Amino acid sequence: MNLGRRDFLAGTGAAFAAGALPVQARADSVQFPFANGERPLMAFPQKRPMIVLTPRPPQLETPFALFDQGVITPNDAFFVRWHLPSIPQQVDATAHRIGVSGEVTTPLLLSMDDLAKLPAVEVTAVNECSGNSRALSSPRVPGGQWFNGAMGNAVWTGVRLRDILDRAGLKPSAKQIQFDGLDAGVFPATPDFKKSLDVGVARGDDVIVAYAMNVAPLPLLNGYPVRLVVPGWYSTYWVKMLSAITVLDHVDDNFWMKTAYRIPDTPDNAVAPGSSGFPTIPINRLRVRSFITNLSDGGTIKRGTQELRGIAFDGGSGIKRVEVSTDGSTTWRDATLERDYGKYSFRRWNAAADVRAGTPFVVAVRATANDGTTQPVTQGWNPSGYLRNAIETYKVSVS
Amino acid sequence: MKRTLLVLACLGALGASAVAAGTPAPPKGSASISLPGDIGMAFKPGPGVGAAQANCLTCHSSAYVSTQPVLSKAQWAAEVTKMKNVYGAPIADDAMPAIVDYLTTQYGKP
Ligand code: HEC
Repeated sequence: MNLGRRDFLAGTGAAFAAGALPVQARADSVQFPFANGERPLMAFPQKRPMIVLTPRPPQLETPFALFDQGVITPNDAFFVRWHLPSIPQQVDATAHRIGVSGEVTTPLLLSMDDLAKLPAVEVTAVNECSGNSRALSSPRVPGGQWFNGAMGNAVWTGVRLRDILDRAGLKPSAKQIQFDGLDAGVFPATPDFKKSLDVGVARGDDVIVAYAMNVAPLPLLNGYPVRLVVPGWYSTYWVKMLSAITVLDHVDDNFWMKTAYRIPDTPDNAVAPGSSGFPTIPINRLRVRSFITNLSDGGTIKRGTQELRGIAFDGGSGIKRVEVSTDGSTTWRDATLERDYGKYSFRRWNAAADVRAGTPFVVAVRATANDGTTQPVTQGWNPSGYLRNAIETYKVSVS
Repeated sequence: MKRTLLVLACLGALGASAVAAGTPAPPKGSASISLPGDIGMAFKPGPGVGAAQANCLTCHSSAYVSTQPVLSKAQWAAEVTKMKNVYGAPIADDAMPAIVDYLTTQYGKP
């Protein structure tokens, strides 16, 4: 099977189609459609120019037009998100080790050569930041003010985490598996960034320790030499520069599990703005979303037949249906789903619409996943601005 | 790239699956980069900027402050308290009011 280049990989370099940028692009900065939305555009090491949320620690967003260029997000355009100030700028894969300890019968210290001896597996999966689209939260909330580009889709190659855990031998007391990477704070009092998964999730078929991304080594800022890949789950669990796997006999109570990255344990995981004292659970699976990639809200198109293209994804059941509406969400019609790269991947879709002169063209897109979940009309609110997945609507002028 | 495409073609709706021969191997050797620091970003001038510079630039650049929505004084006070109590920022108690006032004036609303 041969795929057209455009179907698969976005091109390199200066291919940000200006007309499709959802922002007003200047040479070296972009202006997002919300207060304090100006961001520099800059090339970090191993990256093409990306939207800089914070330069230190590096937090870089993918310009949205890139998602129109292919189902896979190129490594040099893949978003970057670090929490803590001390990030190694040089990592020697040959010397790197992953320690496996805690509730195991045989503690391990794994080298890259050890990983090479385990069966290699590959999965195409979306990596989406928990805080993707946080800046669109209403009312707005403090935190990393991302627009929609803190996500990407890549082919990840590595070994199953389960194969590593089986080598170490989980004791019956094993409850959660905790992951730590090489990043650190500069003060001892700063909680080290560690994340944990229940044993049942960690032993899943698709959870891998990945050493390649789109058939190349991971860029250092995406976790060279190895990162955890948890398909269908928000990025917070995809620990970069993975260096320690600790099997716990309890539910992890470190700050990044117990206090941060939690969502209300309420219907739709939403609460009224300003609420407090509600129960919470750790953030978990991706919520179903869809976007149009060849139009930008506030842009301009010509009258006549307009092709609509976009992407959809969910937390791992796969996309069943994508629909578009051009009459204010009164009627919906099916878009054509393009090639299926697996249940964790972006799914591209296309549709055509008749654009008339005189009135603005308003189009909404809605995806439904195989598990029956779909996108809400109104976005629920939570204090951290997580889980955004409301139906996206694009209002475009007609020339 | 050709090989990936072939492998992808076999994936179908499955999750992680075995890869074909010639798959990428775990990397060897060093990768190194040089991060650009704060790319010229700085706190806005104004009364109290010295306290912000002294206390708020150790762990991240000023962009974490300047990109926030327009926060109230109470919200800025909560942020500064969080930096101290949760992330371990060594901020002296008597420096807090000046920092909160500075943030509210430059990046907030009364
Ligand atoms: C000890 C290290 C440290 C110091 C010093 C520090 N911060 Fe932070 N700050 C952090 C960390 C860690 C995060 C967020 C981690 C993440 O990305 O999730 C953060 C995030 C923030 C955010 C984003 C919103 C949020 O709550 O996550 C703001 C605003 C902020 N800091 C303001 C300040 C101000 C103002 C000061 C000076 C009073 C300061 N910081 C000093 C560690 C620090």
